[in-house]
Amino acid sequence: MPTPATTERAAGRRSPTGAAPPPGGTRRKREFTTGRGLVIAAYLAPAAIFVAIFTYYPVIAGSQMAFRNWKLTDLTDTAWVGLQNFRDVFADPAWGRVLVNTVVWVVGSIVPQLVIGFALALWLRRKFRFRGLYQALIFFPWAVSGFLIGILFRWLFNSEFGAVNDLLQKAGLIDTPIPWLASPDTALTAVVIANIWYGVTFFAIMILAALQSIPDELYEAAALDGAGKARTLFQITIPFIRTTLVLTVLLRVIWTFNFPDLIFGMTGGGPNNQTHIVTTWMIQTTQQGDYGRASALGLLIVAGLLLFAIFFLLATRERREVKGVIGS
Amino acid sequence: MIGKETAAGRTTKFVFLGLWLLFTVFPLYWIAVTSIKAPGDVFAWPIAYWPETFSLENYRGLFDKADFGIYLANSLVISTLAAAAATVISMLSGYVLARFEFRTKSALLMAALVTQMIPAFIALGPLYLLMTDLNLVDNRFGLVLVYIAVCIPFCTVMLRGFFANIPEALEEAAMIDGLSRFGALFRVLLPVMRPGIVAAFIFNFVNCWNELFLSVTLMNSDANKTIPTALNGFISSFNIDWGSMSAAAVLTILPTMVLFAFASRHIVQGLTAGAVKG
Repeated sequence: MPTPATTERAAGRRSPTGAAPPPGGTRRKREFTTGRGLVIAAYLAPAAIFVAIFTYYPVIAGSQMAFRNWKLTDLTDTAWVGLQNFRDVFADPAWGRVLVNTVVWVVGSIVPQLVIGFALALWLRRKFRFRGLYQALIFFPWAVSGFLIGILFRWLFNSEFGAVNDLLQKAGLIDTPIPWLASPDTALTAVVIANIWYGVTFFAIMILAALQSIPDELYEAAALDGAGKARTLFQITIPFIRTTLVLTVLLRVIWTFNFPDLIFGMTGGGPNNQTHIVTTWMIQTTQQGDYGRASALGLLIVAGLLLFAIFFLLATRERREVKGVIGS
Repeated sequence: MIGKETAAGRTTKFVFLGLWLLFTVFPLYWIAVTSIKAPGDVFAWPIAYWPETFSLENYRGLFDKADFGIYLANSLVISTLAAAAATVISMLSGYVLARFEFRTKSALLMAALVTQMIPAFIALGPLYLLMTDLNLVDNRFGLVLVYIAVCIPFCTVMLRGFFANIPEALEEAAMIDGLSRFGALFRVLLPVMRPGIVAAFIFNFVNCWNELFLSVTLMNSDANKTIPTALNGFISSFNIDWGSMSAAAVLTILPTMVLFAFASRHIVQGLTAGAVKG
């Protein structure tokens, strides 16, 4: 077993108590004893029981619906149908559009979030007056629920009484109001903008904290060597906070993918089902009563995210960092 | 230091920071302004960015026409209980995962990561049936139990990272002094970990406070609804009453915003100590 993830990033990071971090790699491994096993089991038990009963049991029970004809309209016949539900998903004319939307939604949200979040973190690193207040203010979107963000932006993008059209007209950028949420392309743009508003904070905070763990000596040495801004960024800053970047992007991609709330509140998948992503489409399928097909979609989502996670971790692997991420 | 800052660099920085602040605050400002307009002025033209007449009519309507007070109380109680319980339970699991090496550990952490990938909707049907069997449908305590389970995985990983940051010598010393492991955890480590625990609690609280789909599925009666369920009810009808909606939105956002404002430093410390280490 590798050493815990702590040690590999311990250098330069101070524990919140101000005490020195545990010395790297020196933690001794203990023999396995029955007493130790009991302690581990007893401490893990409450968490395991809750998650097993209220998360894993329903999920597994729900998964088998994916292979049955399970429609609320007729519950007398819930026969096993093999992969029929999956075939139905792929054969649905909306599937292509839903997939494209999902990719646009995830990539279009995550890339700007990462770039803006990184920039904010770099600029917030140096103290300035009211920095604390500034941080608290830009933190606020993270406190708002996805559903409510959908509502906020639905009101902002309202074609008649929304502030967006009004401000754009006042600025002379457009002549007539744009019916943002009434046409598919602008509606998708609008939901992505709302999601960027929400997600930048998380990146900024994670990156800012990671930046603060970089020892000043590294920058002093780089300055002595005459390294410019760009070189310092790419050869010191980014490599040093790599683990944070990889983990934050991975987590955010998973969360964004599984985040129907915002679109649900803002467009409900409309107009004409043109802004559905896989998870909102799954909601609609459930509401139409076809639990079999909805479960098939759910399994596809989990499979897709697992594949993505494995691929992403392998692709960004450098030496032994991946082990730290998975935790081993 | 981080290198010299040029005057031009400084200007760029503050222009950018200013624009971002504007973009961040404006939607919140806009909904707040909408909420204090007189109901008739919400759809007035031209749009007023500062209300001509202040009115609390929208807010009064929430409490007169709808049982918004009950929803607020429900959300507050359910979120507080679930967040507190999940934090305590995750402290135990996070502690063990930080301090011990054992064979099933990677599998457990993977299982925690997978919970984040599962769309809630795949579990809703079976969960409803399970809760029916347990007689916990439309029951506030039942929702607390479900929320605890929802919070545990991420909270465990977060607190695990936090424990890993604290030298083991601390609880070893306490145990030599005669405290049990449990005693050492709660009497010695807990005070040291306060920022992490506060962060974990707030993170859980906000998650529960904002949760929509489970609550919509499990709570039917008006007396048991939480705020997101009530908000969802507002838009189910074709026309949204933007006056009431904006007032409800403000009342929903305000508590979590106040919480964040007071604890943002803790949250930053806690999130980063935990999640980064994964």
